[in-house]
Amino acid sequence: MTHQFPALSPEQKKALSDIAQRIVASGKGILAADESVGTMGNRLQRINVENTEENRRAFREILFSSDASINQNIGGVILFHETLYQKDSSGKPFPALIKEKGIVVGIKLDKGTAPLAGTNGETTIQGLDGLAERCAQYKKDGADFGKWRAVLKITNTTPSQLAIQENANTLARYASICQQHGLVPIVEPEILPDGDHDLQRCQYVTEKVLAAVYKALNDHHVYLEGTLLKPNMVTAGHSYPKKYTPQDVAVATVTTLLRTVPAAVPGICFLSGGQSEEEASVNLNAMNQSPLPKPWKLTFSYGRALQASALAAWVGKSENKKAAQEAFRKRAQINSLACRGQYVVSGKTDTAATQSLFTASYTY
Amino acid sequence: MTHQYPALTAEQKKELSDIALRIVAPGKGILAADESVGSMAKRLNQIGVENTEENRRLYRQILFSADSRVKKCIGGVIFFHETMYQKADDGTPFVQMIKDKGIVVGIKVDKGVVPLAGTDGETTTQGLDGLSERCAQYKKDGADFAKWRCVLKISDNTPSALAIMENANVLARYASICQQNGIVPIVEPEILPDGDHDLKRCQYVTEKVLAAVYKALSDHHVYLEGTLLKPNMVTPGHSCPTKYSPEEIAMATVTALRRTVPPAVPGVTFLSGGQSEEEASINLNAINTCPLMRPWALTFSYGRALQASALNAWRGQRDNADAATEEFVKRAEVNGLAALGKYEGSGDDSGAAGQSLYVANHAY
Repeated sequence: MTHQFPALSPEQKKALSDIAQRIVASGKGILAADESVGTMGNRLQRINVENTEENRRAFREILFSSDASINQNIGGVILFHETLYQKDSSGKPFPALIKEKGIVVGIKLDKGTAPLAGTNGETTIQGLDGLAERCAQYKKDGADFGKWRAVLKITNTTPSQLAIQENANTLARYASICQQHGLVPIVEPEILPDGDHDLQRCQYVTEKVLAAVYKALNDHHVYLEGTLLKPNMVTAGHSYPKKYTPQDVAVATVTTLLRTVPAAVPGICFLSGGQSEEEASVNLNAMNQSPLPKPWKLTFSYGRALQASALAAWVGKSENKKAAQEAFRKRAQINSLACRGQYVVSGKTDTAATQSLFTASYTY
Repeated sequence: MTHQYPALTAEQKKELSDIALRIVAPGKGILAADESVGSMAKRLNQIGVENTEENRRLYRQILFSADSRVKKCIGGVIFFHETMYQKADDGTPFVQMIKDKGIVVGIKVDKGVVPLAGTDGETTTQGLDGLSERCAQYKKDGADFAKWRCVLKISDNTPSALAIMENANVLARYASICQQNGIVPIVEPEILPDGDHDLKRCQYVTEKVLAAVYKALSDHHVYLEGTLLKPNMVTPGHSCPTKYSPEEIAMATVTALRRTVPPAVPGVTFLSGGQSEEEASINLNAINTCPLMRPWALTFSYGRALQASALNAWRGQRDNADAATEEFVKRAEVNGLAALGKYEGSGDDSGAAGQSLYVANHAY
């Protein structure tokens, strides 16, 4: 504990820090296109498209062959293993297609959840075995960042002390290994929105979870300037009856982060969870408009919230490619504006109506 | 762990937060005038003055009689118990003299160090017994903040995991109790400058210690916005042969803080340790001109570094009182400027020459 055995050289640190900064450069966020085969199955089923390798490839090609100007809004793309080795119709590997637009390539590294015996249905994440070798290979094959998703849930008895501590620890091990191989680890401790808890409860749990995560990262000698955080926004549970405004979500979320995330972390890229495309953008925008200080970038790492419209426009037909790309580009631009607090919501949302709920009796 | 049992009401939080912000308002810092009877003995001995209660009273009177110039640079004064109940020559209680200048009154509440058996001469700090009642009384008697000093040291095998954990825990208990009684806790985990270790070692240890402190504060449900941190600056050990510039000290210090101190903490008030008056001011100034982003106020909580010249000018002679007060005011103003990054040094150090030293070899 008293002597340092440096984990990284200054050159390694600089390389990691540079990658992280590039991903969250002003106005940029992440396209989370790393749906596993099973998860892609869910997405494709909804638009009546068969879940074949070719269909998965075709859809990802639509996204990655967007006009290069998408690099103004997208700083990084997370890929699933299969996708890293797929090519576009002209035979160009996807990593090359993405990198030539100046966008950083990332890779999902975890191997899914495993149950924690003796808990109320809680889990940890597996994937540490051989992770060093996998990271080294992915780095050679074009990846510069990794992603690992831990999952916690809020119920009357969860998350338990064990679940918090175990998930924080595996996240820290993963992060440490990534950095040894030149990959920036995105640390994702997702607290699911399932449940009927209120905003305050989510905030409390998120604060405890993030405090544990950063203690674990420190214990494991992780270089914070070369990491990114991918947390849930602080929201009420899905089945909570009352509606909170984007400003409520923004203040609760930013307050939580101010209490737990060191300023050395360059960027926080929110997951969209079950939020709609618009909801995810509006909430991100509210955070960036909030008068609270924000020493880190607050941006997005969205899957569904960037792709839902594109999928619906595509419905598996190659003639819909342009329409699908346009739908994706639109969401990317909107989220880019949201990163700067400049997204002006048009349409039916009455900003006055939402503003009035802001000073709630809810104290942070 | 999953349900919150709020420790503080919204009103209590606001009160604590307001007090903390007042103490570290821009350009302001703390006068640490809380030397115990034993510590005062050392100070008075050095100027050939007898350590009587009257002499201690006369000396504090010199500091507290400072004119309105101190209003802009002193946000808080830390008292020792005896001093809280002493009065000026004209019968005005010291507490009132300080409050009349719009300065917040603080009280040292720890009861000194005790050994940790089985360690290499390490300690924890006592004072938790009846602390709640004492805080309540001090609050009635005019105190709005408190201070508790823990001590760690760097040697070949210290600080040990036990020393770090135990001191962090006791600091968190103290902080929790203070807040219950409307008192802002200043959390002081001092890592002594004794030793021949280099700057990097001090930075490493400081990061580990502060990470443990903030995890403990989170575990104990302490409201960070209503606390202040009083750490050591990151410096080489006293007997380290390598010389470092103020800019290197600043970079190491700010980097360590950025990695561990949540932005929700309103202010960091450095202890001066063994530094001379000028050194403490120059270093604080360098910290405030450091190119890294600093989300908290970075100011001073100085004892010796504010009082050395004043003590020397006084030498126990009533006739010297005004001159001594003037010395104190001078140092207070200098440190007020340093807290804003506007102190240009006593003349020998040119600001421009200092700036060029920022890009050092030390990889932080």
